[in-house]
Amino acid sequence: MAIDPGSERRAHQWLEERYSREREREVPFETLSGHPVAPLYTPEDLSGHDAERDEGFPGSFPYTRGVYPSMYRGRLWTMRQFAGFGTVEETNERFRYLLDHGQTGLSTAFDMPTLMGLDSDHARSLGEVGVEGVALDTVDDMATLFDGIPLDEVTVSMTINAPAAILLAFYVVAAEENGIAAGKLGGTIQTDILKEYIAQKEWCFPIEPAMRLVTDMVEWCSGEMPRWHPISISGYHIREAGATAQQELAFTLKDGLTYVERAVERGLDVDEFAPRLSFFFNAHIDFFEEIAKYRAARRIWARELRDTFGAKDPRSMLMRTHTQTAGVSLTAQQPLVNIIRTTIEALAGVLGGTQSLHTNSFDEALALPTPDAVRIALRTQQVIAHESGVPNTVDPLGGSYFVEKLTDEMEAAAYDYFARIDELGGMVAAIESNFPQREISDAAFEHQAALERGDRIMVGVNAFEVADDELTEIHRPDPAAEGRQRERLAETMARRDEDAVRTALGALERAAAEDRNLMPLLIDCARARVSEGEMVAAMQRVFGTYTETPVY
Amino acid sequence: MSERKIRVVVAKPGLDGHDRGAKIIARALRDAGMEVIYTGLHQTPEQIAATVIQEDADAVGLSILSGAHMTLVPKVVAMLREQGAEDVLVTVGGTIPADDIPELKRLGVAEVFTPGAPTDDIVEFLRDHVAAPA
Repeated sequence: MAIDPGSERRAHQWLEERYSREREREVPFETLSGHPVAPLYTPEDLSGHDAERDEGFPGSFPYTRGVYPSMYRGRLWTMRQFAGFGTVEETNERFRYLLDHGQTGLSTAFDMPTLMGLDSDHARSLGEVGVEGVALDTVDDMATLFDGIPLDEVTVSMTINAPAAILLAFYVVAAEENGIAAGKLGGTIQTDILKEYIAQKEWCFPIEPAMRLVTDMVEWCSGEMPRWHPISISGYHIREAGATAQQELAFTLKDGLTYVERAVERGLDVDEFAPRLSFFFNAHIDFFEEIAKYRAARRIWARELRDTFGAKDPRSMLMRTHTQTAGVSLTAQQPLVNIIRTTIEALAGVLGGTQSLHTNSFDEALALPTPDAVRIALRTQQVIAHESGVPNTVDPLGGSYFVEKLTDEMEAAAYDYFARIDELGGMVAAIESNFPQREISDAAFEHQAALERGDRIMVGVNAFEVADDELTEIHRPDPAAEGRQRERLAETMARRDEDAVRTALGALERAAAEDRNLMPLLIDCARARVSEGEMVAAMQRVFGTYTETPVY
Repeated sequence: MSERKIRVVVAKPGLDGHDRGAKIIARALRDAGMEVIYTGLHQTPEQIAATVIQEDADAVGLSILSGAHMTLVPKVVAMLREQGAEDVLVTVGGTIPADDIPELKRLGVAEVFTPGAPTDDIVEFLRDHVAAPA
């Protein structure tokens, strides 16, 4: 931006002569992440900023102002509420409820045993089957989960990482047995294993074999599933674990760049797979910081894909994102206040240009949401979409001195982290040396300390408290679900051909030890009704398991 | 009076990976001068009981955000009792619905800390309730 020297002088003059004589409140003026915020932003703050180079136009490089030219004037974001609990029958019912209430895509939450690659009848699964998500063990469960839902029309997202390739195999076989070819399936599977080691901590294998499985899937999908997003590179969990916005941005993008690197090393052309990568960010409570984060993320991704990886196809450079409001910002105290927090966060996601959005329900600091709470969360998005007027113009905050400055600073912070990670030998080496884990745990501790010092206010928690603020009605997991799911698994096992199971599992184990793409073998296993736990165990015999050395 | 520091095991039973709270508590207790042993993630009740006994801990804090507390906590308490460690103070932290707290206390849990509990309260609770070492 060309700076009129007169304006710079006037800004200084205003600060010294007018502002400095005013009284300020005795609070730290900084973002949620501790980034300092000035009293006023003026053209002077954008002296190194070039609007054409750094902002561009919506739908054109570097996509700071949005990935599509028409954005929400063309098509609203997808309202995609994450759901899953109990058995697949109950979650199927919840999916239909959400579609009936105007939701436009599906997103599946799996229970902890499924995320860890354990079957529902495993001893370690006891007490956790169907509790935090839906329980799923075999391809038959996958078929029931999406029963009656047109999989060639509705896009489906599945939050699963370490065993993602297995669940994709289930999905492909379930659709195939229903007459829908893999090539017609649209949706996303999370598969972001690096952030599991960093933050979410649901793993099955050591990092290197896990990365090989991710790359196998990316390679297979680029040939067989042109509408499918094989990885959703996720900052969400990194942020929830306590990261700052800058750390979320840096670690997520570095994870993404690492997947690209691995696929290119495998011999794939970047433009063959990069258009199918997508992202998933958190929308936390600091409104402008979040908006700046999304804008910086798009710009960094576009530049890195074009300049570092030589992408030619503009679709490889566009960062498409799903956003979820911050679970960690919600309070158990005065839970209705969470509706307001979620509204602010959702608005940041929309003003930040997200392609799809999940809004948390107000009761989620206590339990999985009740249907009524989920409906309010969905209505929050509908009010923003249809009443607020916000979607009428593209990137309405573009050009704001503050937002552009914060976007530039966010980008610089990410590159600082990239340099530190590169010094450690790249993201895998950085994770092995606990670097991102330690940065996040320090940030989480500092946040807690600021709350306890009273430097940071959380309404209802350390200020404005009331007695008797508990919700009376919360979702309680059905204690009978575990038994029902074990019966489902036993039925599938009783019906299957054990010779076919042994053959498929043997082939999988042999291939795991060789340099072969495992996806076709996982699909053969799925067809033979091999369970998730059996496939994971077969691969663990070759790959081993993972134990972290925790830092705090 | 002995100078022995309070020894606390901070444990993550079950399969969930939500360790933000456990790590903050571990650090706050360490900063408050206690000896802290953090088990790491995905621990079975057997592993936790073994750690408590091996480390000769005065207290164990179980951090659970998976909804599996009514399955996991009774197992840990029972195992400690079976192995003669019933004097170890057991506390629970995490997303525990208010309705479950009386039952957990009846089982022998000394206190349940829910979201928003200040770390100072937890430090103070341990100092007040861990039996003075002989």
